[in-house]
Amino acid sequence: MNMQVAERESNAMSSQQSGQPVTRNDSANHELSIRVRDLNLWYGQNQALKNISLDIFQKNVTALIGPSGCGKSTFLRCLNRMNDLIPSVRTEGLVEMDGRDVNDARMDEVALRRRVGMVFQKPNPFPKSIFENVAYAPRMHDLVSRKAEQEELVEQALRDAGLWNEVKDKLHQPGTSLSGGQQQRLCIARAIAVKPDVILMDEPTSALDPISTATIEDLMDKLKKQFTIVTVTHNMQQAARVADYTAFFHLGEVIEYNDTKTMFSNPHTKKAEDYITGRYG
Amino acid sequence: MNHSFDEISAQLKKRHRKSARLKWISMGALGLAGLFLVLFFSDMLNKGLPAFQQAYIQVEVDYNEDATRMGRAAMDREISSLVSRSFERLIPGMIRDNPDLLGTSEQRWVLANSQVDQYLKGHRNKLSEEERARVDELAESGQVELKFNTTFFTNGDSKMAESAGILAAVVGTVMTMLVTLAIAFPIGVMTAVYLEEFAPDNRLTQLIEININNLAAIPSILFGLLGLAIFINFFGVPRSSPLVGGMTLALMTLPVIIIATRTALRSVPDSIRHAAFGVGCSRWQAVRDHVLPLAMPGIMTGSIIGLAQAMGETAPLIIVGMVAFIPDVGISFTNAATVMPAQVFTWAGEPERAFVEKTAGGILVLLSILIALNATAVVLRKKFERRW
Repeated sequence: MNMQVAERESNAMSSQQSGQPVTRNDSANHELSIRVRDLNLWYGQNQALKNISLDIFQKNVTALIGPSGCGKSTFLRCLNRMNDLIPSVRTEGLVEMDGRDVNDARMDEVALRRRVGMVFQKPNPFPKSIFENVAYAPRMHDLVSRKAEQEELVEQALRDAGLWNEVKDKLHQPGTSLSGGQQQRLCIARAIAVKPDVILMDEPTSALDPISTATIEDLMDKLKKQFTIVTVTHNMQQAARVADYTAFFHLGEVIEYNDTKTMFSNPHTKKAEDYITGRYG
Repeated sequence: MNHSFDEISAQLKKRHRKSARLKWISMGALGLAGLFLVLFFSDMLNKGLPAFQQAYIQVEVDYNEDATRMGRAAMDREISSLVSRSFERLIPGMIRDNPDLLGTSEQRWVLANSQVDQYLKGHRNKLSEEERARVDELAESGQVELKFNTTFFTNGDSKMAESAGILAAVVGTVMTMLVTLAIAFPIGVMTAVYLEEFAPDNRLTQLIEININNLAAIPSILFGLLGLAIFINFFGVPRSSPLVGGMTLALMTLPVIIIATRTALRSVPDSIRHAAFGVGCSRWQAVRDHVLPLAMPGIMTGSIIGLAQAMGETAPLIIVGMVAFIPDVGISFTNAATVMPAQVFTWAGEPERAFVEKTAGGILVLLSILIALNATAVVLRKKFERRW
């Protein structure tokens, strides 16, 4: 893959010790999905994100890695404004999607979340039936109304999430009766049922066993044909396996952002290399 | 330095003794509480159960001309002194409503008066020697009997103990509770939803929170004064009515429902809210479709317990005039009514011996309704309890 030197439009970049590129402009190969520039975020007095500038490309898997507390989950939640739910949070900077600033006062966070879905660390299906878990959001957003449409959409979403064969005979049992891995795939089906552009995954496999983890990883590989996926992971092998691009976060900064192959074989920064080779983290 | 098992055991003995002592003390406390409960219930049952039986007497009723003016004339003078005056008073009306009765006579089982009733139950009474002999005679021939007291469950209050009943008070309680529920439940739940799900955490909401908690601890009679001053004197709500009683009790129940609802909302895990927001729910949709249904069992339990508490409340209702003497059972929100605890209070103040068992009987009815309500709350909680 052709690596280009990053745009140096961010002043903050020059302050990076390494001087390595932290943003990529690979638009020759890929279309931009989300553009982040100079994003800063504070929890009260604590600055959790410092001058983040990243490009997230369509129909790719982008992995965010880094030690605990480095801000990768916080960054992920900036992309669909889930941080709005925390009263003490203050953000500055640009998160741009489809030419619009998502933090703009005129941006409706409900509209944003309709286009940027989310899968959480711990599987959290609604305590309703499997069918209802998937059909609820499309119905709420008026994507479907008639029963037949709903059934069709539920089947499609469950098929895409690789869960259909396991649950087709028990669609009206509670979603919480499934195993952990199945619940997580149900949550993925729920997210893709509203046909979002982007799916955010916050450590989607950290609560799962290795086999369920492998299933989810395969699924991410299939889903990236239709969706842009941004995933946070603690597991570097996972990032190496599923991601096209990887961003390494450390103490609220992006130290390195690269295509995954380069990141894991020939990292440009010392810190990323130390982390990837297991010297800390 | 190491210790052998024997050395350690010797030290432990003292600790074991201490914990054994504490165990006995706490068991003793429990036993004492249980004993009082048993004493209370057996006393209530002992005094109250006879109220469910009442003396009836078989008399020859002769619907003659005199009886159209004075019911007493329809019966043999010796017997009529044993019959309840509430029946005597009915006779002229019966003849007026059904003129064919005039000139006929029939054998009827009618309520005996409370003196006969008390005599048969072995309590103090005002019967003369002659009358006692006559009652004994009639009892011998099966013309005086203790029967199940339907009157107690079908009548309103009466100055004659034998025909006093609890129904008017039960109806009054139901009407009052309907008003209380209709006001306190929606306002309480929505207040709690706002405070828990929408309100920012600032000085003002903290102040409101503290005051709601304080409201729950205010003596109930103050709510009665508030009801009197605001609802009756200012808004002109009819006094003694289930409407004003229900509104007053709603004030009292509100903090209970708010606190219970907030606890229930807080017990819904945040992961559910995140899931809802993640698929693009607005705050209200997340609350309505996901959080409230999960909190509902807790809300219902809290509300039922709050309602049961209000149902047993007397003091504030006395202030708004709900200790009225209500002989007729009427279903109305605006007419004067009474409630069960107020009825018990009224009966407890009656000098006649026969009202003692009415009082205890009233308490038994009130207690059974309260126990049924609390049991419903427990069943609801068990049934809808979810794990996630």
